Amino acid sequence: MLEIKGLRATASDKEILKGIDLTVNAGEVHAVMGPNGSGKSTLAQVLAGHPAYQVTGGTVRYDGEDLLDMDPEVRAQKGLFMAFQYPVEIPGVSNAYFLRTAYNEIRKARGEEEVDPMDFLDIMEKKLELVDMDAAMLQRSVNTGFSGGEKKRNEILQMAVLDPRLAILDETDSGLDIDALRVVANGVNTLRRKDNATIVVTHYQRLLNFIIPDYVHVLANGRIVKSGGKDLAVELEAKGYDWLTGAAA
Amino acid sequence: MTSQTILEDARAAGSRDDEPRWLRDMRTRAARRFEALGFPSTRGEDWRYTSTSSIAELDFRALREPGGDVEAADLTPFHFGAGGWTTLVFVNGRYDDALSSAGVESPGVTVLPYARAIDEMEDLVRDNLGTITSYEQNAFTALNTALHLDGAVIHVGRDMAAAAPIHLLFVSDANLAKGSAQPRVLIVAERNSKATVVESYVSLGEATYFTNAVTEISLGDGATVAHYKIQRESPRSYHVGTVDVRQGRDSHLVQFSFATGAALSRTNIYTTLAGEGCGATLNGLYLGTGTQHVDHQTRIEHQAENCYSREVYKGILDDTAHGVWNGKVYVHPEAQKTDGKQENHTLLLSDRAVIDTKPQLEIFADDVKCTHGATIGRIDKAALFYMKSRGVGAARARQLLTYAFAADVLEKIELEPIRDTLEAIAMFRFTGEEQDDGTAAGSR
Repeated sequence: MLEIKGLRATASDKEILKGIDLTVNAGEVHAVMGPNGSGKSTLAQVLAGHPAYQVTGGTVRYDGEDLLDMDPEVRAQKGLFMAFQYPVEIPGVSNAYFLRTAYNEIRKARGEEEVDPMDFLDIMEKKLELVDMDAAMLQRSVNTGFSGGEKKRNEILQMAVLDPRLAILDETDSGLDIDALRVVANGVNTLRRKDNATIVVTHYQRLLNFIIPDYVHVLANGRIVKSGGKDLAVELEAKGYDWLTGAAA
Repeated sequence: MTSQTILEDARAAGSRDDEPRWLRDMRTRAARRFEALGFPSTRGEDWRYTSTSSIAELDFRALREPGGDVEAADLTPFHFGAGGWTTLVFVNGRYDDALSSAGVESPGVTVLPYARAIDEMEDLVRDNLGTITSYEQNAFTALNTALHLDGAVIHVGRDMAAAAPIHLLFVSDANLAKGSAQPRVLIVAERNSKATVVESYVSLGEATYFTNAVTEISLGDGATVAHYKIQRESPRSYHVGTVDVRQGRDSHLVQFSFATGAALSRTNIYTTLAGEGCGATLNGLYLGTGTQHVDHQTRIEHQAENCYSREVYKGILDDTAHGVWNGKVYVHPEAQKTDGKQENHTLLLSDRAVIDTKPQLEIFADDVKCTHGATIGRIDKAALFYMKSRGVGAARARQLLTYAFAADVLEKIELEPIRDTLEAIAMFRFTGEEQDDGTAAGSR
């Protein structure tokens, strides 16, 4: 599904990704871990198409197509979704309207019929349950005045509604209390299927107690320095990152 | 500069035999004052960015007979979809009884067109008219004081509440071409009373005319007034409107100004917090396109202790539109514990659109909490990327974010029919979409 080869990227002329190789197949969950500044969030942002990052080398194929050549909205329309580490507040646009617009834009791009507001509300009802969110949240402006936990839940709600093939969770666990973490993890696990894939970017191992990854990769200084199974996360929790970042230097 | 026709009209103003002596005298004094002041020049601070020369040059005729071709059905789009409101309709500046409707009864609340108010409530009008606002330094208010032919007087008795909003709908059509309407509104809300008043200025055509409106509002102790000014004049018209408020102890004013029409508009919203414990909330939205010039000046006078004021104005300007925003907050030496917040944010959609913004705080008390700020910007890049990352194309995302910028301040409107109408106007304008369903774009 996703094939990253030798990916290099800069932000403000500073090289952050220094040659990433990563392959993700349908049905898999990959965890990308690493200390602060290792480039793990940059990797997520580059895959989503954030304009602040320039790709300076390498390739990313998504379902055989050149992902890097696509505008961010096209990536989304083709089933890529990134849950933001810092979801953006949009005062003045209700959550419901925003979600319906996104949902219909994606359907339109796929040549499918748009869904009318009433039918969309039915769809929403089930998705709200999944993330334990009150319907009143739909009438509030997107992320505006939401608590940290509400913002992250809202990201998972969007993910549930847009039903991506490839979801990238960028430090979705940061700043969450244990209850919110369970809700978020439960949402992700429920959405997990044979035909989709998830990349979980995280600093801490604790999210991986709830979302069990098939593979764990450790990023340090812009490169993947170690890959392994889910036990690697446990090892990292016990030993920290130093033994690996030292190896990368 | 003054124009010949306006001067002639003003000189004739005091010679109206059918009016009481005090009113004729007031007209004469105001006409003299206007003659002395002339139209304001851009050399003065108050009109630095807005030239009144076109108003002077176009030489609008003020004293006109009533007339117009307006039918009830023409007004449907301007009633905010609301029933039961007391609605006074003015066609080309003159009261039209047939188009007006009494709405639901409110004991203790009197809403009268100007001429009847002079007949039936002369003492109230005499005691208040021209006492809340002063024409000494304001040429347009002087002109209106001299020339006003019609308008409305609203009296809300002590401890009384208006059961429904009161709507003063000023509509113009082609018959007002080259003429002016100078409506005068007086609202007196007695102690502990409550009322909501909407003033709409709308047009059924694209005539060139001049509206010069003055509204005076007196809030007794503990009174609450919500006042909306909706300016949707003809794109070729000129609009100058002043709302001047005087607030007694523990009174609350909520004012919203929406300006989208007129070739040139200037809206003044002034309030004086004269008693302790008052609150004033002044919000607004201005939308400019083409070569429109849209100017707002607000002035909040904190004269007493423990009062608060809140102000958020937003604007969206496209093409070569020119916006002006000047917000003054004066905190007098005795107004300790004043809590004031003032913001102005303008979104420029074009490289050639211009905003002159000037938030202004003048504080003469030492124990106050006041902040102010202004931003001028373009579409928020982070929000744009966020929307795109959810599959929304760049063009559509820009439309929605523009709408959202406006909706953010429209959300503050408490009167639902007004909020819904203005949201729909903004929605249609910035996205081309009709708002038709339960998942309206605006949030609550």
